[in-house]
Amino acid sequence: MKKVSLSILFLSVMLNAAAQNNESLFRSSGKIYVVVGILAIIFLLIVLYLIRLDRKIKQLEDNQ
Amino acid sequence: MLRIPNAWYKILAVLIVGYSLIYGMLINLPTDVGILDETIRNLFYHVPMWFGMMLILAAAWVNSIIYLNKPTQKRDVYATELTNVGILMGFCGLFTGMFWAYNTWGTPWTNDPKLNGVAAGMAMYLGYWLMGRSINDPEKRARLQAVFNVFIFPLFISLIYVMPKLSQFSIHPGSGESVNFKTYNNTNNIQHVFYPAVIGWTLLFVWIAELRARTTLLLYNKKNEESFSKHIIS
Repeated sequence: MKKVSLSILFLSVMLNAAAQNNESLFRSSGKIYVVVGILAIIFLLIVLYLIRLDRKIKQLEDNQ
Repeated sequence: MLRIPNAWYKILAVLIVGYSLIYGMLINLPTDVGILDETIRNLFYHVPMWFGMMLILAAAWVNSIIYLNKPTQKRDVYATELTNVGILMGFCGLFTGMFWAYNTWGTPWTNDPKLNGVAAGMAMYLGYWLMGRSINDPEKRARLQAVFNVFIFPLFISLIYVMPKLSQFSIHPGSGESVNFKTYNNTNNIQHVFYPAVIGWTLLFVWIAELRARTTLLLYNKKNEESFSKHIIS
């Protein structure tokens, strides 16, 4: 549930940011959103990995 | 479902870093920034590494002082792990800075007061890291590392922050007479991403430090149990 709500929050932030006006050369082709999407995916996966790691350590602590 | 301890600051870290990572790429920034051009966005990725490193090393410094006042294993572990993560953040800042410098100044390293200060400062922290691996007696190691940390943190800050500020010439922004990012800030929106980025990245690396510290504490507890049971058997 937490994962789902997190990803929804992520998407809403992304869409919100994408709604900005884009006139400069940097964004004229629209390809920058591809880079932003990839950044978001990498970050999301690293965070999911950290969450799993944290749960594993918690499990070890509880077993002690 | 297993709950994560201290989940509030971890969720905060993920949200803030996600915001700065994505909005930092999309925000409209001033275009009259000379050779920096769109690489001014690196302000949201390179600089938070250094600011976060300073904050995390400050936290490690406080832990070391508390340890010297009242030695507990927890304080020692948190001081060393926070410092280790601070060193990691420092290297993130160093390599991103070298890459940025190569594409802006044309060379990855110049004899700039800021860069030389960082080189000397990182050497001190590598000495700290090496010290932890070269002393076998755990209590002696903890005490020596805490004393060393108490001395090197103020030195480190003066080397990477105070001395470059006082220097006559520096091409690194934010030191000496060189440009400051405030001079570029005519649209006044840089800080909307920059300050959250500093806070978010700091919290994210604190999370990693916490994971490492908890693992180390688990290892210590296991070792203690083993030596205790051996003691009973003998």
